Amino acid sequence: MSIELTHDQALTPPEPARTLIHPLWVRLTHWVNAVAMVVMIGSGWEIYNASPLFPFAFPPAITLGGWLAGALLWHFAAMWLLAVNGLIYVVLGVATGRFRRMLVPIRPREVLADAKAAIARNLSYDDLSIYNAVQKLLYLGVILVGIVIVLSGLAIWKPVQLQELAAAFGGYTAARYVHFFAMAAIVAFLLIHVIMSFLVPKSLRAMSVGR
Amino acid sequence: MSRIRRNPPGVDPALLVRDAAKLMPDLTRRRFLRGGASLGALALLTGCDIVDGASAERALMKVSYFNDRVQAWLFNPDKLAPTYSDSAVTRPFPFNAYYSEDEAPEVDGQDYKLEIGGMVDNTKSWALEELYALPQETQITRLVCVEGWSAIGKWSGTPLREFLRRVGADTRAKYVWFRCAEGYSTSIDMATALHPQTQMTFRFDGEILPRKYGFPMKLRMPTKLGFKNPKHVMEIAVTDKYLGGYWEDQGYNWFSGI
Repeated sequence: MSIELTHDQALTPPEPARTLIHPLWVRLTHWVNAVAMVVMIGSGWEIYNASPLFPFAFPPAITLGGWLAGALLWHFAAMWLLAVNGLIYVVLGVATGRFRRMLVPIRPREVLADAKAAIARNLSYDDLSIYNAVQKLLYLGVILVGIVIVLSGLAIWKPVQLQELAAAFGGYTAARYVHFFAMAAIVAFLLIHVIMSFLVPKSLRAMSVGR
Repeated sequence: MSRIRRNPPGVDPALLVRDAAKLMPDLTRRRFLRGGASLGALALLTGCDIVDGASAERALMKVSYFNDRVQAWLFNPDKLAPTYSDSAVTRPFPFNAYYSEDEAPEVDGQDYKLEIGGMVDNTKSWALEELYALPQETQITRLVCVEGWSAIGKWSGTPLREFLRRVGADTRAKYVWFRCAEGYSTSIDMATALHPQTQMTFRFDGEILPRKYGFPMKLRMPTKLGFKNPKHVMEIAVTDKYLGGYWEDQGYNWFSGI
């Protein structure tokens, strides 16, 4: 039995079936998290301004809430979105094996090599379903920082009821600094993350439609 | 915004003053969120003001009431706030209010009568000597301001639950409400009112409570944010009616437990 090929089929390789890079739950939790983050950071900056830890304040134009009470309302509303969504993401990430499959192992040598390649614009972004070592480090890192910012936030919110947690951070005041630096780390991540999504626009499509 | 102000090291007093001005109740402000300004960052990001200010505010207040219930559930009536040594006390202790220190109300201790109302057996008012004759305790605890800063103070007075027992308060009531000399008011949940560290305070750091810290009596609760600790208390009422408070009515979370 012979297979007859048409001219087109014979000359062009079969179109690779676009595999699903990000399942629906990843895309949903990603974008819900994006909204929650923007609200938490914007309102958090306004709250910071009420009693700055450092000799600077955030420009009101980029803060959320208008004044302290408004910012607190936003912050303590979006915290539910952030926490519930984050919990779903972490539980599914562990349960489906996605974290194990995509985020580990992270080898320092590979991180260094991929970082150098990225800066030299030599890093391939052809297969978005495989993370390079720098991506692995940043994604895993920001998940861990996310856990720290939630726990330090709880310690600041309830330094009496959750005094053991506050003590683990070195007390109420130290927990405020931890919360601030965790925010700074997340903002730094977001800058790189957003810049990269514009440099590799198909990553934005993958996070939106999955492929 | 807690009612005690300090200038912590590294914090510019000018910033604090500007900040206090920002916290002043604005009579023209009818909404907590100041419309567009509140949504500034969101509008900036989306490129349009998609969220209507008033409906956003209603939704946020609903979450805030939900957070009241969550906090009441989280509140452990037996959990004590950490206490500190005398050397840990922040001296001088910060003054903070929506008015300046020289505008603090001057209450005459001779004429002072603490009024008692609502769901109590005995509504007789109390003179200062009678209050001073009640059993006294001292606590060294951390005051946490809603603005974020904190300071450790040394307060002495009578546990509120002891006083509520003496006036025959119905402790099944939901709230205890406080009216203050400067027009300030606040209300707390009964569980917090009965907490062992909730104190009717007559002395600060060993001295008769100075005017700036709330002479002749303030309420000290290390389980709540600073602004829930009223100064210059003139009246206490036990009630089932939600009466809010000065800052709470402007959008600050009512329970504000810590």
